[in-house]
Amino acid sequence: MKYLTEFRNGEVAQRIAQQIHRIATRPWKIMEVCGGQTHSIIKNGIDQMLPAGIEMIHGPGCPVCVTPLELIDKALAIAAQPGVIFCSFGDMLRVPGTECDLFQVKGNGGDVRVVYSPLDAVELAMKNPDRQVVFFGVGFETTAPANAMSVHLAKRRGLKNFSLLVSHVLVPPAIEAILSAPGHRIDGFLLAGHVCSVMGYWEYPPLAERFRVPLVVTGFEPLDLLDGIRRTVLQLESGRHEVENAYERMVTFEGNKPAQKLMSEVFEVCDRAWRGIGVIPKSGWKLSEAYREFDAEERFQLSGIRTVESPLCHSGEVLRGMMKPAECPAFGKECTPRHPLGATMVSTEGACAAYFNYGRFISAEQLAGAGLSAVGQPNDNWGSK
Amino acid sequence: MCLAVPGRVESIDTEGDILIGRVNFGGVIKRVCLDYVPDIQVGEYTIVHVGFALSRIDEESAEKTLEVFRQMGMLDEELAGEEEAFARAAQMIPSPCPDGSCGDK
Repeated sequence: MKYLTEFRNGEVAQRIAQQIHRIATRPWKIMEVCGGQTHSIIKNGIDQMLPAGIEMIHGPGCPVCVTPLELIDKALAIAAQPGVIFCSFGDMLRVPGTECDLFQVKGNGGDVRVVYSPLDAVELAMKNPDRQVVFFGVGFETTAPANAMSVHLAKRRGLKNFSLLVSHVLVPPAIEAILSAPGHRIDGFLLAGHVCSVMGYWEYPPLAERFRVPLVVTGFEPLDLLDGIRRTVLQLESGRHEVENAYERMVTFEGNKPAQKLMSEVFEVCDRAWRGIGVIPKSGWKLSEAYREFDAEERFQLSGIRTVESPLCHSGEVLRGMMKPAECPAFGKECTPRHPLGATMVSTEGACAAYFNYGRFISAEQLAGAGLSAVGQPNDNWGSK
Repeated sequence: MCLAVPGRVESIDTEGDILIGRVNFGGVIKRVCLDYVPDIQVGEYTIVHVGFALSRIDEESAEKTLEVFRQMGMLDEELAGEEEAFARAAQMIPSPCPDGSCGDK
């Protein structure tokens, strides 16, 4: 308890926030890539502790959000097939496909299971040799080592009834796509701490150099986030653009080598569609040739899937940082977590769901403009935006 | 989904072809694959994501992080068992489609 009290009292947090107030002389836009960080920033009001000109832009790092609706529809179609045991993490259960969700498929007699780990799905396959066990493997680089090991074990154990419905996405190509888009507004990035605990941060120096942006590896806790923001602002104010590690207790430059080695065997890089954004070249992993027989999309030949996205949804603009959730005309009206129209309202890690759940019906800038900012002091260094 | 949770390694066993540890997350014990941190010892702390240990972490950071995650309500979802996950999902009854785009009646 003492640690949280430490934050609740907020002395350390206030001190870091005040430092940021002191060093910031110009407005800067900083994107946190990871949905877990978005959740923590909004829940803890980190953005409201910052000077009015320092704006947090919420990035596309919510795996549930960016999984294409078409893949959700494929999952639903496979899960509904007789003889299939369909395994997923709990956060996919209520993600709506075009017509229903996994929870409803289970209600209609489908054998849908929630597993803690993909290894549980491999064990289910061993215990049920007469059933086809499919694991829904979505996620970023953090989740990929687990999925890679599950397929590797299935192959080593000669399982013919295990497969992976896979849609892995990768952070560096997403950052590259955001920074290559004309008119992008991002000055610096907080890199996702747990992605980097697997991958290290050796992939990022060329991006920092090419786009001249600071990239700071950052954790999820309030103090970690404030420190990551502080270091990014320090770099921006001094004209530096480096890759910096503000999460040293979890992350090394090299990352986890055994995990990277197995992933490079099991997966190969592919173009990947991101929901709300579109196809980003070389931004995902699919099963490599040696493991292709475990690809659920090849095992279950699916046809007649009709996918329809809502025309009211602006999640693509939200995911690229071009629009804040509360600025979307459908936000909180046609679109709520109970009836999400698009990617970013679907998952608790999505920017729209975070804004909705924590009552952010106006943007942080409007709050600051109205003099309602959480820490209050208007910044002397520049006029209100 | 990308959250990795710190825990203490309580025991290490070989189960067939993989290294499995029992890892304690502030009282909740889970079976965790240790193949990606093969030289970890009993009593050490590691961060774990979906049943896989990903890296070592010192005790103080681990305990501190666990407490913050618990307070932020992030632990329940990560460590939920199957029944709990379905119970949670059952409470999320989707509201009727407000704009008619889904063909709800």
